[in-house]
Amino acid sequence: MELLIVFISALLINNFVLHYFLGICPFIGVSNRLDSAISMGMAVTFVMTIASAVSWLIYYLILVPFRVEFLEIVSFILVIASLVQVVEMFIKKASPPLYQALGIYLPLITTNCAILGVALISVLKEYSFIETLVFSLGAGLGFALAITIMAGIREELEFADVPETLKGPGITLITAGILALAFMGFSGLIK
Amino acid sequence: MNLLKEFIKGWWKENPVFVMVLGTCPTLAVTNSVKNAIGMIAAVAFVLLGSSFIVSLIRKIVPNQVRIATFIVVIATFVTMADRYLAAFYPQLSKALGPYVPLIVVNCIILGRQEAFASKNGVLASVLDALGMSIGFGIALMLMGSVREILGSGTWLGMKVFGSWYIPWQVMILPAGAFFVFGFLIWGFNSINKAFAKR
Repeated sequence: MELLIVFISALLINNFVLHYFLGICPFIGVSNRLDSAISMGMAVTFVMTIASAVSWLIYYLILVPFRVEFLEIVSFILVIASLVQVVEMFIKKASPPLYQALGIYLPLITTNCAILGVALISVLKEYSFIETLVFSLGAGLGFALAITIMAGIREELEFADVPETLKGPGITLITAGILALAFMGFSGLIK
Repeated sequence: MNLLKEFIKGWWKENPVFVMVLGTCPTLAVTNSVKNAIGMIAAVAFVLLGSSFIVSLIRKIVPNQVRIATFIVVIATFVTMADRYLAAFYPQLSKALGPYVPLIVVNCIILGRQEAFASKNGVLASVLDALGMSIGFGIALMLMGSVREILGSGTWLGMKVFGSWYIPWQVMILPAGAFFVFGFLIWGFNSINKAFAKR
């Protein structure tokens, strides 16, 4: 039950894009086409779950016993950067079709603040290992959900008559605002 | 003259937030009050100045293949310093900013400036560039913070702006308001720039 609450709240209520404002850069940058948005969402979910599991292990098995918690930021970012490389190499060898689909998005993920954000927030909230896994999976799927909805809307927006100077980031942000309003409706789901 | 140009370009023409749309996470997340925005600006300015200074100093001895990793470690070091300092001296502010201080590491403005500028230019030019970009970031965050706090709470830096008749426009300090204000400010920025470009 606890786990379900963690999952739902990461997925819908405290959606990473629309509530924590993490991963805004890909959210604006890669949301103009539906299929690439879905691939990006999947790639983020995948890396996010692995990255937060590894960061959790590093934090509680290395940093805490040696009392060097202040190295958290440096070690997490290095872990994520090298992990993305390893994942990329692994997928390339193990599953070429998957690499074809996710390939170009993987390097971009290193600078995705949502990945580091999930690792930091799980430490901040003192989640257990299992909770961290569920939390990061929920957060990743939440990101995928938000970017997919956004891409769907933006494909329709192509045909709308948007003022020249509002095109691009401007209209995307205002649309995201309306989405955020809609997602506020979920907040009654959990007390 | 050239140095002056490096300093001023970040204020408006290449404003990192409104024109290049970088560093959007803190712009949206911590601008629900002016006070939080100021804390964020100070932290980012410190990290940007420090890492631009170090990166431009060591730019000739860092091999090209590992430059990004080197930049990230330099940036992460300064972020840790800023984070610890805030936690020790301004615990309330540190709590309000939450994970967004450590997240300065992945702020694209900072890595972007190192990659695009500090790794190719001398120390003085890099520091001026960093200072100019920090001011541009500051202008953007102050604008966002002011609009959101005045509309959402009816105050500015805690001081009352409107009389008791004003009913705070709550949604402005909620996430949705952040997106709206940011979207409209970008619209305004683009329109002004376009009007000037026509002349």
